[in-house]
Amino acid sequence: MTQISTANRVKPTKPLIEMRDISKHYGDYHALCGITLDIHEGEFFSLLGPSGCGKTTLLRVIAGFEGIDSGAVLISHQDMARVPANKRPTNMVFQSYAIFPHLSVAQNVGFGLRKSTMSKAQKEAAVAEALEMVGLKGYGARAAHALSGGQRQRVALARALILKPKVLLLDEPLSALDRKMREQMQVELIRLQRQVGITFILVTHDQEEALVMSDRIAVMFEGEIAQCDDPEILYRRPKSKRVADFIGVMNFLPATLHSHAGTIIADVAGLGEAEIAADQCPAGIPEGDALVGFRPETLTLLYDGQTATQREAAGVISEVVYYGDMTYYDVTLVGVSKPVRISMRNVFGRDVLAVGDATRVSWSAGALVVFP
Amino acid sequence: MLISPTALYALALLAIPLGAIVLISFWTQTGVRDFDTTLTGANYVEALSDPIYRALMFRSLRIAGLVTLVTVLAAFPIAYFVSFGVPAQKKSLWIFLITIPFWTSYLIRVFLWKVILGYNGVFNSGLKVLGVIDQPLTFLLYNANSVVITLAHAYAPFAILPIFVALEKIDRSLLEAARDLGENRVMTFLRVTLPLAAPGVIAAVLIVFIPTIGDYVTPELIGGPGGTMIANMIQAQFLRLNNAPLGAALAVLAMLIVSVIAVAFLVLGSRASGAKGTRK
Repeated sequence: MTQISTANRVKPTKPLIEMRDISKHYGDYHALCGITLDIHEGEFFSLLGPSGCGKTTLLRVIAGFEGIDSGAVLISHQDMARVPANKRPTNMVFQSYAIFPHLSVAQNVGFGLRKSTMSKAQKEAAVAEALEMVGLKGYGARAAHALSGGQRQRVALARALILKPKVLLLDEPLSALDRKMREQMQVELIRLQRQVGITFILVTHDQEEALVMSDRIAVMFEGEIAQCDDPEILYRRPKSKRVADFIGVMNFLPATLHSHAGTIIADVAGLGEAEIAADQCPAGIPEGDALVGFRPETLTLLYDGQTATQREAAGVISEVVYYGDMTYYDVTLVGVSKPVRISMRNVFGRDVLAVGDATRVSWSAGALVVFP
Repeated sequence: MLISPTALYALALLAIPLGAIVLISFWTQTGVRDFDTTLTGANYVEALSDPIYRALMFRSLRIAGLVTLVTVLAAFPIAYFVSFGVPAQKKSLWIFLITIPFWTSYLIRVFLWKVILGYNGVFNSGLKVLGVIDQPLTFLLYNANSVVITLAHAYAPFAILPIFVALEKIDRSLLEAARDLGENRVMTFLRVTLPLAAPGVIAAVLIVFIPTIGDYVTPELIGGPGGTMIANMIQAQFLRLNNAPLGAALAVLAMLIVSVIAVAFLVLGSRASGAKGTRK
């Protein structure tokens, strides 16, 4: 996975798009239920969720292709209710790319410049510049139908960006590409977004894609936003079991909670007792039965002679999946029937353990998340 | 050597009669069934020089052109409505309804137009009852107008179907893309819908134009003297005037003219539908 760190970027906080309690029905079907969300200027924002969760509908609402039953969409503090799609400061990269088949690449890219006050030469220069920006320099004269999938996508990007919109909307733009191409385009999209500084809103069902590219992610289920946070918080501190399950791999173990001198203590099956900090569980979680989640990489298998830095638990390896750089172990902890998954980076000179080996596991309380 | 049955069939029913017509057009008729088979171009000279034949040919072109224009202009909004305005599950029903006039014989439909457009026809009586006119309108029947109306009605479904198919093939996201890029509905129609529907429109033009230019029944029944077309003259040469070679020469010339126009439209069509950029 190619990862460009977004940590050192200045997080923009000025709201550009404000969505206020948006609801939309198709007959009995609730496509959007009370969406309230701010998207900031210059942000790379992702709407993530399974198919049918309403993420594309929400994107089309912002673009002006879909009306809403109630609520309001504001762009730059201006209510968009009576502004049609062709008058909005948004441009879209469609899932099918929607390249006009009867026009050349240059005519496609320059499609939106008809009403511009630029001279013909300026328009041509703008088209050439836009094509260069997406890495298609010199492709202007080509027929649109003679392009590959990746090239069509670049044309769609150039065509949208040439109009310098306030917001660029991307509807699953990478889903039609093969894996290698997709990873390359992810990096290019991030680079492009930094270069132009325009707010990007990406719709995707691919959690990895969202984590790689976004400043912030809104996870949607059934027309509602389940959680909206930056990628790291979303991954480390999911607010619900469903979000935790949707993003990456999460192990779940049953636990019982009790309060001791103001701190919450979780007695986790197979692991033992752990102090739970405020950000690791929902506020006001009741004592008693609960569920504890942790990511596979937060646990470490201990080899002979190693001691746990924090806490230790015992188990037996029940499955080994070897990935080359990584090995995934399913470990059955003492007293728990369902194995937990642990991922280990393969280090030179260290053997991969075998099924049936007894093992010790190192874990720390800070990596746990508690769900009611 | 294997010749497929289809090829033999086409040869017998298409190539041989066509060849016979071309051959006869170079002969001279000497009696009721007697021909002088010496090859001569005299028929073509007469067909091209006699102002009557020229006038009839031009009238046929004009009427067929007018019919095509009226038919395609009327068909486009209908096709557009069925493609864009009718819910997906009801489209086949609409197409089915459009073909209903075909259930009646063509001849009966022509006669029905006679009833509608005649001196004491439905149209004139209706207008008289309403007090719009005192005297029946006479420009409706037995002239070129009635031929245009009747043919346009008869060929409407043939024009609607290819345009409908072309409109159905347009990816709807292209129209959204045009809107997204700042164009209103009218400009989206002109810049995206119309160019992409062009192949269907060209097909409709050819399907209507080619048969109507050679139509014989409609002008014969309701055309009157002012609505006579080239096909009527060809028929007269063959049967009444006993000059099959001249009739054949007129037929060959008409065929050539239609071919030239059809090819011109096909070239126009492929240019309209193909991308303007060069392939590499």
